Amino acid sequence: MLRPAPDGMTRRHFLEHMAAATALTMPTATMFANAMRANAAQLQARNKACILLFMNGGPPTIDIWDLKPGQPTGGEFKPISTSGDVQITEHLPMMSKLMHHCSIVRSMSTREADHTRGRYYMHTGYVPNPNVDYPSYGAVIAHEMERAGQSRYLEIPPFVSVGGGSQGPGFLGMSYAPFVVDSNGQVRNLDVSMDTGRLMDRMTMLSRLEKNFAGPSEKEVLRGEAAYDHGKVLQSTVNLMTSKQMQAFKVDQEPKALQERYGAVAAAGGGGGGMARNTAFGRSCLMARRLVESGVPFVEVDMGGWDLHDQVHSNLKTRQLPPLDQAMSALIEDLEQRGRLQDTTIVWMGDFGRTPRINGRAGRDHWARSWSCVVAGGAFKGGIAVGKTNADGTQVESDPYTSQDLMASVLKSMGVSLETVFTSKNNRPMKIANSGRVIKELFA
Amino acid sequence: MTRASSGFNSLVCAVAWRRFVRVSATAGIVLLSVAAVQAAELSSGEASKTKLGSGVSSSGAGAESVVDFINAEIRKGWQDGNFAPSPKAAEEEWCRRVFLDIVGRVPTVGELKQFMAEPTPTRKQKLLDRLLDSDEYAEEYANYWATVWSNLLVGRPPARRVNGDLVNRDGMHQYLRVSFLRNKPWNQMVYDLVSATGTTSPDDPSYNGATNFLASMIKNDDPMLTQATSKTAKIFLGLQVQCTQCHNHPFNDWKQDQFWSMNAFFRQTHGRAVSRAGRDIESASIDNSDFRGEGSTPNEAEIYYELRNGTMAVAYPTFVDGTKINPSGYVNEVNRRAELGKLITKSEFLSKAIVNRLWGHFLGYGFTKPVDDLGPHNPSSHPELLDRLGKEFSGHGHDLKQLIRWITLCEPYSLSSRISPRNKKDDPSLGEKPKFSHFYLRQMQPEQLYDSLQALKFLPGEDRREKGTLEERTKERREWMTQFTVNLGNDEGEDATTFNGTIPQILMMMNGPLVKEVTDTSSGTLLAKLSGAGMGPQDTIDYLFLAALARKPGPQDVSMCQQALSSRGAGVAYQDILWSLLNSNEFIFVH
Repeated sequence: MLRPAPDGMTRRHFLEHMAAATALTMPTATMFANAMRANAAQLQARNKACILLFMNGGPPTIDIWDLKPGQPTGGEFKPISTSGDVQITEHLPMMSKLMHHCSIVRSMSTREADHTRGRYYMHTGYVPNPNVDYPSYGAVIAHEMERAGQSRYLEIPPFVSVGGGSQGPGFLGMSYAPFVVDSNGQVRNLDVSMDTGRLMDRMTMLSRLEKNFAGPSEKEVLRGEAAYDHGKVLQSTVNLMTSKQMQAFKVDQEPKALQERYGAVAAAGGGGGGMARNTAFGRSCLMARRLVESGVPFVEVDMGGWDLHDQVHSNLKTRQLPPLDQAMSALIEDLEQRGRLQDTTIVWMGDFGRTPRINGRAGRDHWARSWSCVVAGGAFKGGIAVGKTNADGTQVESDPYTSQDLMASVLKSMGVSLETVFTSKNNRPMKIANSGRVIKELFA
Repeated sequence: MTRASSGFNSLVCAVAWRRFVRVSATAGIVLLSVAAVQAAELSSGEASKTKLGSGVSSSGAGAESVVDFINAEIRKGWQDGNFAPSPKAAEEEWCRRVFLDIVGRVPTVGELKQFMAEPTPTRKQKLLDRLLDSDEYAEEYANYWATVWSNLLVGRPPARRVNGDLVNRDGMHQYLRVSFLRNKPWNQMVYDLVSATGTTSPDDPSYNGATNFLASMIKNDDPMLTQATSKTAKIFLGLQVQCTQCHNHPFNDWKQDQFWSMNAFFRQTHGRAVSRAGRDIESASIDNSDFRGEGSTPNEAEIYYELRNGTMAVAYPTFVDGTKINPSGYVNEVNRRAELGKLITKSEFLSKAIVNRLWGHFLGYGFTKPVDDLGPHNPSSHPELLDRLGKEFSGHGHDLKQLIRWITLCEPYSLSSRISPRNKKDDPSLGEKPKFSHFYLRQMQPEQLYDSLQALKFLPGEDRREKGTLEERTKERREWMTQFTVNLGNDEGEDATTFNGTIPQILMMMNGPLVKEVTDTSSGTLLAKLSGAGMGPQDTIDYLFLAALARKPGPQDVSMCQQALSSRGAGVAYQDILWSLLNSNEFIFVH
């Protein structure tokens, strides 16, 4: 579905006021003017985008993407053949028909097996460092896509996180912070409830106060960057408050049948316990597709419940894998049918993997040494498995890959130059993706 | 986060660590007499009887010399880094800081005027006396610090109840509030929290609110209490027993040993939910029972853990500095948590950790980053100062109010947040060690924002307590705060917040009901009351600036407001002015 161009008297009125007033930052005033000229065709331009499916808590990839049947570590699941040249768990039947679009990296070997640290490392390509705050995937990609001129007509934030907190923008600054919404796409306090002329008067006063306190420009800050950045976020907020692109968050505007395909609504008669979580992931994936279509370059969708220290297999079978299978397969299928899969890079990962050894409570604990991630769409070749673990899954037997390597590969899939160098706030050069090396086998 | 296998993966270089702790322990001998006094206090319970505001006189000569020492050490840092300090902040700005940092809200116009009416030389001292020692602020002080510590000890309430969560937040808050109200010595509070037994809910017969710290960490899927182990060390001692800074260290099995030796102190502990018919209120009980050990020798109740190479090792209760206790698992012979409580209260890390944390609370950054990592791999920005402050703090009876006076009266706390070319590079957000040559900005916490907006509603002379009790308001605030909570969905019930300067927070300020209520003009609201009081435009504008920003409007501000008045008329204009003030960076930042 196409988003209509912004128009209408109210909006025009508002924009004229905005142009007349001392806008908070020039680029934003320009952005408004651009938005005025934007039309449906431009909005539909072939934007590159990335959807990160983040499995919060650390998924047991040995039971999903790299099974070890017959081994003491193998667990009870059986592998099944797929449309690609790989086998996966029997509990992802819908995904098995789409594996020709997906590739598995089976030789992920990372070192962070604590949730907070693992989450940070997998999102940024850097281990936590008290002295430098690194930007996460979403911030890096939002920043690069903006530089490529892709966010010109975007009035909503370029980095949206659905159903989880994601990670911050680090030294790239608050303009690239994730906009966090729940899986219902509900954004609170959106209702302005006053005419735009009055809002403009308020914004004009507010802008004066902001600059008086923070400094007149980014180059002349009086009290550090945080105070200045506050003004930038104010501006993004006003943009969003008045934007029709906010419709992208409304999943219920999609046809009922498609919502059901994603598992975004409870299937009639089915279900039972745990339905709330089940439909959340489906709704989030459908929202991600709508957002990407509206020009948002990066969406993270979080799915929780993976911290399976107890009863790993029964939980996977009943609670975790069915909604994953349904929503992830729907997303790939939907993007493909709309001709957007080659422009949309999909990454599936978690904090870390889980121990090959099954513990005394039939669960698996944290394990970072040998695990799997999955990529799909974009410029990736599908249907293959890269790398190999040993017979019981406890060691990587081929070239091990890291978070940096995966990030570099995702950036390559999106056409972002790996020669990009950021400058951290203390003027240290930082190579994009922490100098990770591209996983070559993933590309044709 | 602290399951066995993760522990193995995330361990600090232990040999260096041990050496460090031993050396520190030797240095700590000087403090032995102080420790002995504390131990006496602990056993007699005398300390808990400390009356409000009693204890060491903070305006005495001792206080001055400590403040002088702080100033001298901080100045040394400026000289070393070739920084020039920013000028002093305006007095009103200092007053705003102190209110936000000590009672958790901005000062009202009446409070500002009272402060400015005092003679300059004694003004700050007098304000601290009022905030810390007078009955007027006793409840607000206790309530604010109970909130700060409750957030730290048990976390903010999650968006939805986490299954198997034993903590009762009202119980936690109540214990802390009463302790801060009595200015209970810090070492005694820590002893209470570490060794507590009883039930968690205030209306239970065997209620002991201090149990909630442990209750928050007792989970079905963490039967070995690994989280309690690491959190106790981190919060009270500033020791990250799980820190992975050197996780590649070849000797990290030593570290593992240290972790499990600390863990052994918790193994007599049991928590269980207590359900009482016909009531919704959850309660849990935290008890000690005999620990038989994992090798069925209760006299020497040991635990086993797995080394990285797969072999098993044994551990007995041993404190981080190497002190061993009787390994018996029988509670009537050895109460392991009580022993741990005693060892912690004797540790010099206890004082250093709280000094560092409070310094960070007031100055924006601690001497180390993160503030709860005092390990050898993380050298502090002002080691002598941290050391001395720790000793002074324990030497003055672990008196938190005394520590607050020292910090708030020191020079760096009085500086402006405006940077100059000569101290621009002193910016810890760039990864530099803080030199405190200007005041570091930070955003208000959501609780501070909420309470500040509440305080704004009242004119000078009005009784701010007329609307419900503090407890009721705390409850309302808690409800309001759930809008910012994002559930991360792992089994630890970790949450993230969108009250972090991003769009959801700005939307709440721009369009949310709370600011709407404060800027409303219907009868009984601030704006209605101001107009009813017959104030002229100049006085009204002055009042609004003082109430929101603790400063008078400058000439440009005045002309901006006059423009609004002439184009919109008084009613709408005042509303718009107040809205703009509250949405500004100058309001939301502590500066």
